[in-house]
Amino acid sequence: MNSLIASKKTVAINLVRATTEPATVRWLLIGAALMFLGLFLFVPLAAVFFYALQKGAAVYLAAISEPEAFAAIKLTLLTTLIAMVLNLIFGLAAAWAIAKFEFPGKNFLTTLIDIPFAVSPVISGLIFVILFGAQGLLGPWLNEHDIKIIFALPGIVLATIFVTFPFVARELIPLMQSQGTEEEEAALVLGANGLQTFWRVTLPNIKWGLLYGLILCNARAMGEFGAVSVVSGHIRGLTNTMPLHVEILYNEYNSAAAFAVASLLALLALVTLAAKSFVEWKSRQ
Amino acid sequence: MITSFKHRSILPGFGPTFGYTLFYLSLIVLIPLAGVFLKTSALTLEQFWNTITSPRVLASYKLTFGAAFAGALINAVFGLLVAWVLVRYKFPGKKIVDALVDLPFALPTAVAGITLTALYAENGWIGKPLAAIGVKAAFSPLGVVIALTFIGLPFVVRAVQPVLEELDPEIEEAAASLGATRIKTFRRVIFPAVFPSMLTGFAMAFARALGEYGSVVFISGNMPMKTEITALLIMTKLEQYDYAGATAIAMVMLVVSFVLLLTINVLQWWTRRQHAV
Repeated sequence: MNSLIASKKTVAINLVRATTEPATVRWLLIGAALMFLGLFLFVPLAAVFFYALQKGAAVYLAAISEPEAFAAIKLTLLTTLIAMVLNLIFGLAAAWAIAKFEFPGKNFLTTLIDIPFAVSPVISGLIFVILFGAQGLLGPWLNEHDIKIIFALPGIVLATIFVTFPFVARELIPLMQSQGTEEEEAALVLGANGLQTFWRVTLPNIKWGLLYGLILCNARAMGEFGAVSVVSGHIRGLTNTMPLHVEILYNEYNSAAAFAVASLLALLALVTLAAKSFVEWKSRQ
Repeated sequence: MITSFKHRSILPGFGPTFGYTLFYLSLIVLIPLAGVFLKTSALTLEQFWNTITSPRVLASYKLTFGAAFAGALINAVFGLLVAWVLVRYKFPGKKIVDALVDLPFALPTAVAGITLTALYAENGWIGKPLAAIGVKAAFSPLGVVIALTFIGLPFVVRAVQPVLEELDPEIEEAAASLGATRIKTFRRVIFPAVFPSMLTGFAMAFARALGEYGSVVFISGNMPMKTEITALLIMTKLEQYDYAGATAIAMVMLVVSFVLLLTINVLQWWTRRQHAV
């Protein structure tokens, strides 16, 4: 009896050994993976803050509180807010239509929504220059009516909306599809109207997915560089977002100030990752 | 008319939400993109062809595609390794490492660009030892590869991770009990199972790298014919008010992007199907 248990134990141990690697191999692989991540992720992340604070706290504070930096922060926040609200409304509408109903061409429509993720940031800006720029398709008409889109706030907002377009929708569509329509149908049968059903039944079910999409949308909107760079015109204090301000400072060899503003954006990235992990953990519960 | 288009349902709101979706999609995405095609059609075929095949443009394709491919390849190999280590092994700080893998998605590309440049320049923390052994990292094609490796890093890890997690350990036990060595089990059992997801991640990293701008322009040095990527060339033409030229090159990149988007969709379908079996 004892020997049977013993032999069962050795079989179990052998199987464990057979499905994992010797400790040395394990630590070698972990070491190689961490080395790679260190070179490409950890060291750069630490470097942002190191370079930002290298010349002392006074230089740092001056760099992030000068009027042009302040204007850039304000423009970034405003642009992000507009883009997030508009893409939120779109995401909810698209997810409701696509996830809760059956109609032909649904997969095609879902693919179309993903297009902005496949387009280069520079091209995402270019399409609006072609449409609204001085030599663009609608340029002469806009000029006649004294409407400025390119090199002004509307262009920056449009480019930002474009690059963050799919975030909320692509998060909500699979989530709402997996939840089906039974709960909503039950609410309607019990006498709730459409909006009540949405607020009381659908929204509580999708709140974490919605938040997840908004977090990703927010990070991309605040950090977008290529697309905004094309349409902004780089007018200091007027059409410079935070990433563009970083570029200008860096190109002027004002590296300490560039990294100071960059560290704010890196901080935003860290908050984004923490919030994302929190939401992932919450939605698993 | 709507009731005949969609299947019957008692849920309200299909008309307005579907209508708004189409309206907003057209306004923000479809109509602006159609402008590229309209603008390109203003060129004659010969003008178009000459623009997209001029030596400087060809050199930029070579660099962009080559560096994007190299970056995606590095990420395919190390992405698999990182996913493997995160799923299979325990080590201190694993959760933080796992969360930080997404950093390239969250960190603005301009921030990544100036930081990588500072680090890999000849007097930087990493560039100095590299320069000592004769490797010029920043302001060379290698710098472009470094930036593109950074921005594509999460794709393979995040594509492979769930597949590895769901891999049934019984299959590996069976392989082991049938006498396979660990390496053989990996080659014949594990690798074929994760390969479709690895390829998906590779294609996504490659697609993202092709269009990348912000992280590359700082580290590449932007020398025409040598370290100038295609996205920057589009930007340069725009700044010189050569809209037609910029649009023609953008058209080439858009077509490549759409082909890749389709490829990725097919790959994802393949991954799901392999998984369902």
